[in-house]
Amino acid sequence: MEYEDVVRTVIELFRKAEIELSEDVVRALRFAYENEENEIARINLKNILENVEYAKLKGIPICQDTGLPIVFVEIGRELCLDFDIKSAITEGVRRATREVPLRPNAVHPLTRENPGDNVGKGMPYVIIDVVEGDRLKIAVMPKGAGSENCSALKMMLPHDSKKIKRFVLDVVRSAMGKPCPPIFIGLGIGSTFDGCAKLAKKALLRDVTQMNEFEMDILDAVNGLGIGPMGMGGKFTALAVLSEIGYCHTASLPVAVNVQCWANRRAFAVLR
Amino acid sequence: MELRSPVKREDLEKLSVGDVVYVSGYVITARDSAHRRMLEYLKEGKDLPFEIKNAVIYHCGPLVERRNGEWVVISAGPTTSARLNEPTEELLNYVDAVAIIGKGGMEIDFKGKAVYLSYTGGCGALASKSIKKVKEVHWLDLGMPEAVWVLEVERLPCIVAIDLRGNNVYEEVRRRVEENYKRLVEKV
Repeated sequence: MEYEDVVRTVIELFRKAEIELSEDVVRALRFAYENEENEIARINLKNILENVEYAKLKGIPICQDTGLPIVFVEIGRELCLDFDIKSAITEGVRRATREVPLRPNAVHPLTRENPGDNVGKGMPYVIIDVVEGDRLKIAVMPKGAGSENCSALKMMLPHDSKKIKRFVLDVVRSAMGKPCPPIFIGLGIGSTFDGCAKLAKKALLRDVTQMNEFEMDILDAVNGLGIGPMGMGGKFTALAVLSEIGYCHTASLPVAVNVQCWANRRAFAVLR
Repeated sequence: MELRSPVKREDLEKLSVGDVVYVSGYVITARDSAHRRMLEYLKEGKDLPFEIKNAVIYHCGPLVERRNGEWVVISAGPTTSARLNEPTEELLNYVDAVAIIGKGGMEIDFKGKAVYLSYTGGCGALASKSIKKVKEVHWLDLGMPEAVWVLEVERLPCIVAIDLRGNNVYEEVRRRVEENYKRLVEKV
């Protein structure tokens, strides 16, 4: 595996994620359209499905907010790389910005200066994990700000696990139509302050049609709010709740809610 | 329903909450930084390089590409309007009648001067179908998303979400959401 292979893979993954939603996400959206009764909600969901098809047909990004470049990497411990993986990913993002193209979204947090290539200190945001095996797995998740801005984290008391559902409801209720519902909810439970946020984000990589009972229960409550697609009312405020847990300190219970818009864009590749 | 820019008050009066309206003519994109700069200009009495008094303002930061010396819009859906609550309230002092296109709604007094039209968030690809060309671009120093793009559009389909009489889809939904929330929280 060469530096250039990683660069090319990153470009192609961003292209794919921006242009085509994965099948599970499309299925969830279609289910909502077929089961929604509110008239305005149905117009919004129909537009969404048409938009998804049109983007694929024309090979253009689904949404103009092509997001911030977030990249999850799993390196098999038997792999031997003689190049800097982070700089290969960074180069991939720089070229994807020109070639896909991606909107240059990354700016300096204080001066708001925009370098124009989605690259800067800490950007792309790369999360690296070492796993068993001899493969390199790359997942990209270009994430828009409308939904990211509605996310929240709370350091709960150790025995407050029953209040997690309430916290999710609070977050979704204050978000209303802002994060482009119907949303996907990444829920991180445990780990540390920063760790639970990462868990919440990583949960959004999962197949959105597979949920356990705990997640389904929270989803039902969220949809009971009636915010609906685009905050204009309806049955479908969220399409999935996806959680990940991590062991935490005996004295704490960190909980993070990472809100994702309906355009839950991600793409995956495995290199040897 | 059809709406063509520049918009007149009597055009806006015809629109009611829930109507589907097709917008044609020119729309002006503006986000956070553009609103700040517009207000700086207007407060100093300086002329804006584009017409705002009867405009269709689009809360949008388009994805644009330069092809053979021409700007081409690739994807151009709406951004979250609530971020622009404050500057919009000030901006309304300088306009006659405007239509604002965005997503998520706004929590301000439109002073009987504006209607709010919702375009489905995230549908940037579909929106590009209705955008015929880039007429002008101003303030590119703010970066591609924050610059002001004057776009020629043809029948951009929107839903009237807040009308001139103050009827407001989001407020109605919010009231119901609050009731539902109370009921749900009791159960938790």
